[in-house]
Amino acid sequence: MPELIRPKLAYNYFPGCSLERNAEAYHKSSMATAERLSMRFEEIDDWNCCGATEYISLQMLASYALIARNLAQAVKSNGGRDLVAPCSACYLNLKKCDKHMRADAVLAERVNSALAAGGLAYQPGSVHVRHLLDVVMEDVGCEAIAAQVTRPLKGLRVAPYYGCLISRPGLRVDEHNPEYPMILDDLMGCLGAQVVDFPLKTHCCGGHMTQISEATGFELIRRLVKGAADYQADLIVTVCPMCQLNLDAFQGAMNRYFKTAYHVPVLYFTQMMGLAFGLSPEELGIGAELVDARPALAKIGVELPEPVAGEGGAPKRRKDDKSLPMPKMPAGPAGTAEEVRR
Amino acid sequence: MVNASPPSLTPFDFLDEVQARTPGQSRLLMCIQCGTCGGSCPSGADMEHTPRSIFAMIRADMREEVLRSNTPWYCVSCYYCTVRCPQDVHITDIMYTLKRMAVDARLYEEPAAPDFSKVFINWVENYGRAFELGLMSQHMLRHNPFGVLKIADMGLGMVTKGRMAFTPKRIRGIQGLKAIIARAKELEAVHA
Ligand code: SF4
Ligand code: SF4
Repeated sequence: MPELIRPKLAYNYFPGCSLERNAEAYHKSSMATAERLSMRFEEIDDWNCCGATEYISLQMLASYALIARNLAQAVKSNGGRDLVAPCSACYLNLKKCDKHMRADAVLAERVNSALAAGGLAYQPGSVHVRHLLDVVMEDVGCEAIAAQVTRPLKGLRVAPYYGCLISRPGLRVDEHNPEYPMILDDLMGCLGAQVVDFPLKTHCCGGHMTQISEATGFELIRRLVKGAADYQADLIVTVCPMCQLNLDAFQGAMNRYFKTAYHVPVLYFTQMMGLAFGLSPEELGIGAELVDARPALAKIGVELPEPVAGEGGAPKRRKDDKSLPMPKMPAGPAGTAEEVRR
Repeated sequence: MVNASPPSLTPFDFLDEVQARTPGQSRLLMCIQCGTCGGSCPSGADMEHTPRSIFAMIRADMREEVLRSNTPWYCVSCYYCTVRCPQDVHITDIMYTLKRMAVDARLYEEPAAPDFSKVFINWVENYGRAFELGLMSQHMLRHNPFGVLKIADMGLGMVTKGRMAFTPKRIRGIQGLKAIIARAKELEAVHA
């Protein structure tokens, strides 16, 4: 048994734009579970967008400078610490920027000339960029995680979805299994869940493709949702806000496009950990997903309030209601959520 | 030595440019045309040319055909080809290089993808952060006004669940960021 009382593991934290809002549940559940695992994440000061896959499509040097500004900010915040990104796209960009700057002296020099215009500098190799799943499994590990479990996810069939970016060359989180990683499978196993075979686990969710070509974007989503449904998964577990957005928020549009009726909820791995640790769904931001997770969670005895958050809530919508749901303005979920973050 | 003027294009100009504009080593010349990349690609079926063909075309100096092709724009940047390529060709990075070259040469045929990137980076350059609501509404209205209706459910769902911000966030150091980006663009122009 490893000593469970250890000094807090401290990290620099790069939330990324998605975790500020659309994936706030990921941020919330990461912080809530980190507390239980004695991990401390300190957001780096005044970070900027990593550019996703867009900036690099139009600008080479500027996109590296944009990313490197964050690496420079991380060094300024607390240089010695690992920089942890929960978003796979941010993780890839930060890691790749450092990697290319190390390998290409000319690129490093030009990026630094650009950074100098903003009074910054970055020495390639000085920040160790890691994905949240990696630090949870490598630095804490299954045994210590299992020790926190008070509500095993028994009987819940989960499809572990890694997405593409964290399992790629030189960027992979699971060094031993580049094409078929297992660490998320292992993590779900130690929470007590039944992990289903999911051959498409490192396939791409389509990134921004729903905005470019419906035929291509929806097809990539369909394959993954169908894959999970074929193995009778109760839900898909994800490690990236882009994957969650595509599989959850676009699942309805995908169903309409293909005239299918899949219903596979998509939750973050941190939410699954939190549930197994006995935390309440509210503390984990559960309920913000568009594909209702309640039927799946009922299997482990987790009761969720009515789907609409906020005091009083909106009247419950009928299942077959074709009218458009009316938005609730920020005083409700948005207002309170903002306070939780700080 | 006679100085030919203007310098005539050598057959390798395009290949050289693709390599020079790819950060680090592209390893493009190492391609053995095995086809593993195209066979692994999730959007290969929607591409006019598979990555393998594109690399052959680059080496055949087919500049215009390559830059007009939809291939780089259908690349979803999943790196699956790159993990599988037996020659460690930096395929995804090359796809990004081709996008940039197509935009610079104004040779792309379908404007949806480059426009999406432009709207996205416009928010980033002015605020330092991405802004989903602004991005999606601007992009949708320009390229797919009827698509708005199709995903109205989803958009309203996101709003109802508090997952959509109504205003963009600006970083404190936006002036510094703007200076960094301006300097990077100058440098890239000088060295292009
Ligand atoms: S997998 Fe690599 S070597 Fe094979 S065709 Fe593609 S780029 Fe060339
Ligand atoms: S990175 Fe692009 S080219 Fe390579 S497999 Fe993925 S989509 Fe295809």
